[in-house]
Amino acid sequence: MADTVHQDATHKTEMLLGADELVLNMGPQHPSTHGVLRVKLKLDGERVVDSECVIGYLHRGVEKIAENRSYQQFAPYVDRMDYVAAVSNGLGYCEAVEKLLMVEAPPRARVIRTILTELQRIASHLLWLGTHALDIGALTPLFYCMREREEILKIFEKYCGARLTTHAFRIGGLQYEAYDTLEKDVERFCKSFDARIQEYSDLLTGNSIWIGRTRNVGVLNSADCIAMGASGPVLRASGVQWDLRKAMPYAAYDQYKFEIPVGTRGDTYDRYLVRIDEMRQSRLICLQAIENIPAGPIMARVGKVLKPPPGEVYHSIESPKGILGYYVVSDGGTQPYRVRIRPPSFINLQALDKMIRGHLVADVVAIIGTLDIVLGEVDR
Amino acid sequence: MAEEPKAPQSPESLQSKETGASPQPSAAGAPAAPPVKPAVPAAAAPPPVQAPLDNELTRRYREHFESAILDALQDRKQPILIVDHAKMLQIARYSRDTEKFDLLEDLTAVDWPRREKRFDLVAQIYSFTHNTRLRLKIPLGANEQAYSMAGIWPTANWLEREIFDLFGIDFLGHPGLKRILLPDEWQGHPLRKDYDILQQDTAWVRENLGIESGQ
Repeated sequence: MADTVHQDATHKTEMLLGADELVLNMGPQHPSTHGVLRVKLKLDGERVVDSECVIGYLHRGVEKIAENRSYQQFAPYVDRMDYVAAVSNGLGYCEAVEKLLMVEAPPRARVIRTILTELQRIASHLLWLGTHALDIGALTPLFYCMREREEILKIFEKYCGARLTTHAFRIGGLQYEAYDTLEKDVERFCKSFDARIQEYSDLLTGNSIWIGRTRNVGVLNSADCIAMGASGPVLRASGVQWDLRKAMPYAAYDQYKFEIPVGTRGDTYDRYLVRIDEMRQSRLICLQAIENIPAGPIMARVGKVLKPPPGEVYHSIESPKGILGYYVVSDGGTQPYRVRIRPPSFINLQALDKMIRGHLVADVVAIIGTLDIVLGEVDR
Repeated sequence: MAEEPKAPQSPESLQSKETGASPQPSAAGAPAAPPVKPAVPAAAAPPPVQAPLDNELTRRYREHFESAILDALQDRKQPILIVDHAKMLQIARYSRDTEKFDLLEDLTAVDWPRREKRFDLVAQIYSFTHNTRLRLKIPLGANEQAYSMAGIWPTANWLEREIFDLFGIDFLGHPGLKRILLPDEWQGHPLRKDYDILQQDTAWVRENLGIESGQ
């Protein structure tokens, strides 16, 4: 954690070019940037010497919208930030407002939330795995990953009628009781998933092309991760065994046994291994959770009109991408005075410049993939 | 739209905020928010949501920085330090190096247009060593500049650009302060309270997108 200002290209209004250098624009409409990300690359031959991210193409002013909606009305909007992990977004927001209201969701609701959130983590990681492998040139895993993800989306659909932007949770608990065969569906998925995840890792883990493209690419050590605020699998792959589900448990995570997978080198390959292992751990959490879903109400006593006492609260969860935080300020009215969303993708993306310097253009694609960003969340 | 009536109402609601959540060093007892009181009978009865805080940590901060620590309180059990902006860099560095708050989890701002110091800069810091979180709040006047914390926590770089973009707060010593989410030529700072939700830079939209505003 050097005290010097991180040498970041973002501040340069124009890039000064040397005789052998050129500027290449990647994006905003480039299939490998996972959305509308534009990266200005300064190249010396094929090698990146400097870069600048241009973001904001998807900025919708979510935080401004929050100030003009009631607490409940805003809940569906958060699903549209990280739209491949809508359930996690919703969990963070609902829990933050519950803290603000000083209510707690009933145990049954917390367990069902945990199950759905862990399924969402698997779904998000599967989409990441498929597209990341596709970026690097392995076409096949994408189809398999989509097949598995489909199973999860079907469970979501059966539970709340929506597949992508689910709005599965409500402030205070859940709106819908678990459907009759939820446990069976989750169990069936988990039983088959173990062999499937092994299959994917067999496709890639020992694959020499995969290793060649990912080993020592985009290295970010633990000190840099912490200094840059990078969280989630990026942080864990650098060797920091830290996960908010363990450090500051929320929902029902304190009841389950699971491990925090870590890497050692902090490169693209380690991040891949960490995410694969995280899917295995999520599967274990789901299996433990369905064994004993407590009976009881699914909704705490909250009014129809929410008026939290004036004050503020910060709550963060471990979303599939990293620390997803909500800072909610109430003035005692029916609408939030301010909602700040701490987006993991935005902050992880900040590390991109450091990670791609000195690498080839082809590696930039791999590194954007390994950061697992969703531009809807970066831009909000 | 159901949101329309909000605009005329906002002055009163703003006032209530100022009494409720503003960092008054003397009376941090927040539940005494007179205008809102009748509306929250159920929630006002349990223990007060905000209370002065006096523990080891705040005492150490007070010892080191004395009057620069304007107030220490907790809100829903989350510790908050209100800090003078003139000393914010020293306090940030002390937080990172001595108190081991090595992660700047989030940095944002809140606009209180009717308060004397218009903005609150809010930093959530986290310590891996102690597994604790602390919130630093730095009140800033409308034309006051903040000091950039990018030299202490590099994360602050983009976060400060975002605050500059959406609130118009200037950061001294930032390595490259420019807009990040909105276009560089955009006029106005949307997260300020006087920026209406339907407002936009129509001239920019007309010029760059070639359309009249849909609103």
